[in-house]
Amino acid sequence: MTTNATLELASVTKRYGDTVAVDAINQRINAGSYCCLLGPSGCGKSSTLRMIAGHETVSIGDIILGGTNITDLPPARRGTAMMFQNYALFPHLSVIDNVAFSLKMRGIGMAERLGAAGDLLDLVHMTAYADRYPNQLSGGQQQRVALARALITKPSILLLDEPLSALDPFLRLRMRLELKKLQRELGISFIHVTHSQDEALALADLILVMNEGRIEQDGSPHDIFNAPKTEFVARFIGGHNVVDQDGGRVAIRADRIAVAKRGDGGSTLEASVRDVEFLGTTVNLALEAAAGDITVSLPDGDFFDDPIEIGDTVFLSWNAADAHQLAA
Amino acid sequence: MPRTDGVGAWLQITPLMTVLTLFLVVPIVTIAVVSFWGYNEWSFFPDFTLENYEYHLTAKVTWQTYLTTVKYVALTWIFTVVIGFTVAYFLAFHVRSLTWQIALFLVCTIPFWTSNIIRMISWIPFLGREGLANNALIAVGAIDKPLEFLLFSDFAVILAFVHLYALFMVVPIFNTMMRIDKSLIEAARDAGASSFQTLTNVIIPLSKPGIMIGSIFVVTLVMGDFITVRFMSGSQSASVGRLIQNEISLLQYPAAAASAVVLLITVLLMIGIMMRFVNIRKEL
Repeated sequence: MTTNATLELASVTKRYGDTVAVDAINQRINAGSYCCLLGPSGCGKSSTLRMIAGHETVSIGDIILGGTNITDLPPARRGTAMMFQNYALFPHLSVIDNVAFSLKMRGIGMAERLGAAGDLLDLVHMTAYADRYPNQLSGGQQQRVALARALITKPSILLLDEPLSALDPFLRLRMRLELKKLQRELGISFIHVTHSQDEALALADLILVMNEGRIEQDGSPHDIFNAPKTEFVARFIGGHNVVDQDGGRVAIRADRIAVAKRGDGGSTLEASVRDVEFLGTTVNLALEAAAGDITVSLPDGDFFDDPIEIGDTVFLSWNAADAHQLAA
Repeated sequence: MPRTDGVGAWLQITPLMTVLTLFLVVPIVTIAVVSFWGYNEWSFFPDFTLENYEYHLTAKVTWQTYLTTVKYVALTWIFTVVIGFTVAYFLAFHVRSLTWQIALFLVCTIPFWTSNIIRMISWIPFLGREGLANNALIAVGAIDKPLEFLLFSDFAVILAFVHLYALFMVVPIFNTMMRIDKSLIEAARDAGASSFQTLTNVIIPLSKPGIMIGSIFVVTLVMGDFITVRFMSGSQSASVGRLIQNEISLLQYPAAAASAVVLLITVLLMIGIMMRFVNIRKEL
């Protein structure tokens, strides 16, 4: 395992004919971090991951891992391993043979490779299923096997392509926790492609929000959620309102807007209540203002102290510090 | 839907049952029955005798013929598997666009627009002593006198078999290969497998059901053939099919029926053995 496995992308570009899928990305991902590539479908996040994995050629630019230029190396010699979206387990091999596959390819003897595969099955708690075949496993179990198979090469970076999207919501939350725990224990970098902002916020140390082949914003989940820099990020990450102000557009978190039933004459925004949604710990108000639609999220206690009805007119205000200027 | 005591279900399977009974079960039962009948120079008559089988199974010519036939089967199988797998592999993994895959696949079926016999006979002017192949080879100076083994030989028989039946191998193998998830190939590459290792560790094992279905086609077709062997060997070689054909032409129907039953059992046994190796049920 490479100890210093910092990944650097230097103006990495992917073109398919005339279409630019990934547009000159520059990014540094520190060793041992959990990085999420977040964006809508077609934003270039999967292409980026596949280029890092070596399953897609890089049109222009370099990929450097731990000081080595790996741009043109074959997938197995990069120090990366990939976990595929549908897990891509070999249906004709048992669980343990699937995990031991890459060792077999390297010509490692049966006893040794089965031993190593057994250790990894232990790590993902799948020892009891070693002799099963992939079609006898549930989605979550298949994913653990796919994880073990990817990890057996002792990669310095594990690449995960939408690893949780094939699971049902309950399992997704559980596997999410396990992925994070595994990453902490192994201390290697995980690069995880997802279109789910919840997943990215929950898992990542570093989120790269991508749109149209570019990185719109990179930062910690906290930074991204608190201070989106562009309108795209504000809208994609959710929980934000984009409001036109004198100085340009700003993003304000839905839970940082104060709602009053009477205007105090200050810098308030008048809005009418179109919908009220009770979500348990919060109540969401869908509001219609001259500036556009606004969502406000109130703690349930505050709301029920002084309930607001559909059709009411309310006055909105916020701290200037909570309004984040968006790039034009 | 009203509750039925299975009458609807019976009605639904009646057409298929009728067809299978009339055209498969009845003829086979007839052959099996006739195989126990007796015969002499001018007639055959109901009887229950094991003489037909006794004669068939003890005659030296039967065993020699089976040996020749099995040799044809083995050689044809080897060549059709290699050719079929290669063609299917090319179509499934090297041709990237679906349009081209379909187009090239249809090209493979063009020979089937003419009958077996015509395709077979068209080899004769090509392979004959004064045929195109010999003339061309002499013209370029590769040989001095015509190659005799090209026509009316085992070579010609195998060549015709491979030509006729290679597609029966291509189609099922191609079909299985198209179902192989392409991400498995990537996963193999990700795990460090070379192209050859991917072939032997992933593609061949996953193509086995297709190979097996193709093999069943080829084995049964070659085992039962009489016309190809007759034409291409110039009536110099025998096969089990030709043996039966001879008996029929001598009007020894009970003997022919006994030979046919033995052949049927042999083929079924061969298929049974093949099925033990690969589970093809999930392909059907």
